[in-house]
Amino acid sequence: MTLSPTPGLAQAILTVGVVLVLAFPLGTYIARIMDGGRSPFERLLGPFERMLLAACGVPRPSDAAGGGQTWRGYASSVLLFSAAGLLVTYAIQRVQWILPNNPAGLGAVTPDSALNTAISFVTNTNWQGYAGETTMSYATQMLALCTQNFVSAAVGIGVMAALARGIRNARSVDLGSFWRDLIRSTVHVLLPLSALLAIVLVSQGVVQTLGPYADVTLVEPITAADGTVTTTQTLPLGPAASQIAIKQLGTNGGGYFNVNSAHPFENPTPLSNLLETASILLLPAALCCSFGVWVRDRRQGFAILAAMSVLLILALAGMWISESHGVPALAALGVDVPTAMEGKETRFGVPASVLWGAFTTAASNGSVNAMHDSFTPIAGGIAMLLMQLGEVVFGGVGSGLYGMILFVLVTVFVSGLMVGRTPEYLRKKIGPFEMKMAAIALLAPSAMVLIGTAVASSLEATAAAAPNPGPHGFSEILYAFSSASNNNGSAFGGISANTPFWNMALGTCMFVGRFWVIVPVLAIAGSLGRKGTVAPSIGTLPTHTPLFVGLLIAVVLIVGVLTFVPALALGPVVEQLRLQTGGVS
Amino acid sequence: MSSTATPRRLVDAELLRSALVDAIRKLSPREQLRNPVMFTVWVGSSLTTVLWVVALVGYGEAATGWIAAIAAWLWATVFFANLAEALAEGRGKAQAASLRRTRRDVQARRLGGPSRDAVQTSVSAADLRRGDHVLVNAGEMIPGDGEVVEGIASVDESAITGESAPVIRESGGDRSSVTGGTRVLSDWLLVRIGANPGESFLDRMIGLVEGAKRQKTPNEIALDILLASFTIIFLFACATLLPFSLHAVRQNASGEPVSVTMLVALLVCLIPTTIGGLLSAIRIAGMDRLVRANVIATSGRAVEAAGDVDVLLLDKTGTITFGNRQAARFHPAPGVTVEELADAAQLASLADETPEGRSVVVLAKRHGVRERTLADAHATFVPFTAQTRMSGVTIGDRDIRKGAFDAINSYVRLLGGSIPAEVRRDVDMVARAGATPLVVAEARGARTLGTIELRDIVKGGIKERFAELRAMGIRTVMVTGDNPLTAASIAAEAGVDDFLAEATPERKLELIREEQRGGRLVAMTGDGTNDAPALAQADVAVAMNSGTQAAKEAGNMVDLDSDPTKLIEIVRIGKELLMTRGALTTFSIANDVAKYFAILPAAFLATYPELGALNVMGLEPSTAILSSVIFNAIVIIALVPIALRGVRCRPVGAATLLRDNILIYGVGGLIAPFVGVKAIDLLLNVLPLIDHVRA
Repeated sequence: MTLSPTPGLAQAILTVGVVLVLAFPLGTYIARIMDGGRSPFERLLGPFERMLLAACGVPRPSDAAGGGQTWRGYASSVLLFSAAGLLVTYAIQRVQWILPNNPAGLGAVTPDSALNTAISFVTNTNWQGYAGETTMSYATQMLALCTQNFVSAAVGIGVMAALARGIRNARSVDLGSFWRDLIRSTVHVLLPLSALLAIVLVSQGVVQTLGPYADVTLVEPITAADGTVTTTQTLPLGPAASQIAIKQLGTNGGGYFNVNSAHPFENPTPLSNLLETASILLLPAALCCSFGVWVRDRRQGFAILAAMSVLLILALAGMWISESHGVPALAALGVDVPTAMEGKETRFGVPASVLWGAFTTAASNGSVNAMHDSFTPIAGGIAMLLMQLGEVVFGGVGSGLYGMILFVLVTVFVSGLMVGRTPEYLRKKIGPFEMKMAAIALLAPSAMVLIGTAVASSLEATAAAAPNPGPHGFSEILYAFSSASNNNGSAFGGISANTPFWNMALGTCMFVGRFWVIVPVLAIAGSLGRKGTVAPSIGTLPTHTPLFVGLLIAVVLIVGVLTFVPALALGPVVEQLRLQTGGVS
Repeated sequence: MSSTATPRRLVDAELLRSALVDAIRKLSPREQLRNPVMFTVWVGSSLTTVLWVVALVGYGEAATGWIAAIAAWLWATVFFANLAEALAEGRGKAQAASLRRTRRDVQARRLGGPSRDAVQTSVSAADLRRGDHVLVNAGEMIPGDGEVVEGIASVDESAITGESAPVIRESGGDRSSVTGGTRVLSDWLLVRIGANPGESFLDRMIGLVEGAKRQKTPNEIALDILLASFTIIFLFACATLLPFSLHAVRQNASGEPVSVTMLVALLVCLIPTTIGGLLSAIRIAGMDRLVRANVIATSGRAVEAAGDVDVLLLDKTGTITFGNRQAARFHPAPGVTVEELADAAQLASLADETPEGRSVVVLAKRHGVRERTLADAHATFVPFTAQTRMSGVTIGDRDIRKGAFDAINSYVRLLGGSIPAEVRRDVDMVARAGATPLVVAEARGARTLGTIELRDIVKGGIKERFAELRAMGIRTVMVTGDNPLTAASIAAEAGVDDFLAEATPERKLELIREEQRGGRLVAMTGDGTNDAPALAQADVAVAMNSGTQAAKEAGNMVDLDSDPTKLIEIVRIGKELLMTRGALTTFSIANDVAKYFAILPAAFLATYPELGALNVMGLEPSTAILSSVIFNAIVIIALVPIALRGVRCRPVGAATLLRDNILIYGVGGLIAPFVGVKAIDLLLNVLPLIDHVRA
């Protein structure tokens, strides 16, 4: 049985519509804030901001000219700040048993898991090898994880703003101050937005408390096979709403509870589901509009947003078609409900699960409201591909856009040559240095995915961590490395990933996938900033036309697909082909 | 250099023979290392050859014949790429050889000092250094590039320019530069040598066509990086397939892993071998096209910069207009007929050998005045002098004079007459329209006959060329010493976008700087010494070969034909060079899609037979991979003509150009291998001995 597309289509249009309508004003606002403009929260948050700025030794926000850094300075600050964040996040997990606010009395997190989690949250990946409610205390969730949810997203916005300044600059090495970018984006963008979302989520029933876990009496006692009767259940609680707001908005995705947004305390109502889904794409989409403002040509931002949207819609359509056809073998048994319901929350069903699945892997969010492991093979494969494209279809906050701009540079280069001119983008000539940096940044995550998967599938012990035999087991390994290397953080499940090997291997992938991209991106910003501008003419390749958007989409797809088609063929493709011939993989 | 010395056809038998030999020589790994893409193919070929030898002794990972066939075609891929490069080089070499023939070892008369009377020593031209003085007599070859210090002579420069008419070379001024290898026809020249051996134009030109200077341009380096990163990523994608397939076999406990030969074949098909193999051929052919246009560039960089040019500064005289003003119209005075004025003007100009004078005769003829000679008219010529500032004739008692208004005005006044107001008005009108008025008067009766309007004549077809440039986004600026009025009128007629009137070298330099500050690349031509600062400042500076040494040194290109409109052609050549690279890169990458569909099902047939569903082309699994490798190799040869000729640059905007090239090379590149691989596969399967090379 195939599902009617109407409810899914309605949800998709509603959600995408909410995102696109909000993206424009929000993007304009972010651009103004990052350029030192006035904020409506000046009176409320101004003192807090000035205190932070003073602590970092940066001039006042209004004098936008002061405290600027070169690309090397900016990159050093990013690395320094991230290293410090990594240490603090690691340390808090290790000593949470002596810290207050630990009503469940949870012990220290193991060293490899703590390191993996620290890298994971600092890199905006939020891969979770642990189960939140049984591992992390309230203090750890708030101090370590929630802080990184904010600042890792702020780092992304900062690096993106620096890149935009490099493009906009002419003969200047000043990319702005990292510290000011960090503080302004956190205080004036991320804090108010997540406070707003958290309040709405609480109104929907998302828990927000510092009280201990609750013991409740079951309405219907459960009798186990050995005859023991269970009459009570412990309900894990905690300050969830505040964290969920930023985990959605900041493309973090690290759930408060293990089952993430499939949990009724994280995502209780249709409205909360709509808001949480839309929040995934909100900031990445808004930043495209900010980019247009920054480079003083709004069409450039819209062009990139259009390319991202088309790619998302293609992916969504592919996943929907695959999911709505479900499992032929089950359909043959006369099942008259959707056959692809295994692993999905019945409250959401196929459409809302597919929508979230596409959004969360397109953006590097990684939160889930259904288990991706149980998606039909092609739908799971598309989710994987969305990550493997380099998390550029919306992608992470800031990181998705600067990743996409790397693809724009490649597109501009090839098509610029085709019109017989030295390639240029936004009045800057693209030379060997930019190409080298773009190549490094684009190659690193792909190489990590392939090498990681090759190593893990070669080692007998780790390959066995994927309990499913055949192509599905391979998909689980490939998904894990695709997610980590591209800083997505969602998991296919299946793998018991909380082991030293997986923690270290995926930790390395997340680290490389984040900083091996940020540094070359800032180097490009520095190099473009030093260059003079060239005057556009009709001999110049326009980069805002539908033709260029189409080309950009083609380049992203061709590079991504050509790199991963062999691997995907051995995983999801084989699995789907088997499913078609009556197997159940 | 005459065009007959260069091969007319793209490839002839002799060229092909020597290219084949070169292509084999280039198989050495040292030659291959320069090109990361082709080096990867070379390593792959070597690896499969080793695997074939291993298979021969009984440890084959696959069928021996199949490994041999794959190895052979991989070597063919390298060979074809070498052949493309060798063909391009060969065409250049043929030209260099013809250039070299012009350089015989001549004996030079070296002088002890810059004087004709100084001590003469006879030395070989090869021993002359910069700053030496030599004396060249009639009939002798000029031994090296330099500047005329003394003397005036006619020189035959046909060996360099192909132009058979001799040119005048003299000391001082803008005609003082001489080129080695040209011959003095009359008189003598005292030349100061300007270049050490090995640095002369001829040497530079030979070096250029032979590709001796192999420094890559920034665009090439950037493209190399892009191609290298594609190669690296496909290397990862293919290399990791081995552990992936081993894992699959282990998990399934059935099937066979993919063979190394298979992975090498897949890798070579995926990496951009088409563009990688043709890259150096494209560069050499681009330089070759420039040399064929009789232009020497100091570097490949200058050629590419020509493709980026936004503004062309063109001298009015000689580029936009013919060198001289010409009579365009007669304005008779009141009471005088046009025929009468034309008749008088013709008589006054009969002996005037200046182009202006000749043009008056021509115009008069159009008014029905028959041709006459001084002898027919029994006239005496009154030449132009600095005192009278008039010229004319005396026929019996008729004295006819023509000259500038002031000169004729005083002439008429002296005779007791005055110029009528209508004529004054005509003179003003002509001057305001940017033309030059000449007034004709007759002594008898102190009579003013009327005005001849002399104006610049814009070259035919130039307006259309400027329109083409505009369509390509290039702005043309006319540079002239004329007053703004004259300049504006000619600019409008020629269809240039802008003009610089009353130009001085300083104003020209300032204009270039201003354009560059606005982020525009400027190209210009120049020949005089006073052009040198502007030439040095411009991004693309073409010096005329007839120009001074200073101009040539300041520019980054020299046009041997001294044709200022050549700039337009140079821009086209620069663009075509870049476009060819871009188009073939797109084609190369677009090809990969089909190759996956061809290779993956066959490669994993033993591991996952289900993947046979991806075999959309319906290829025979045992020959699919070989077919893909063969297609990949022969597409290089098939595209050699495009690499050598270049992708045509049409005068349209960037958006249209991109759309068309995407359609041809992008979409074409997607479709071509589906058709090509299928055709090769069908063909292979009807060959009699095919069973020996099946997988």
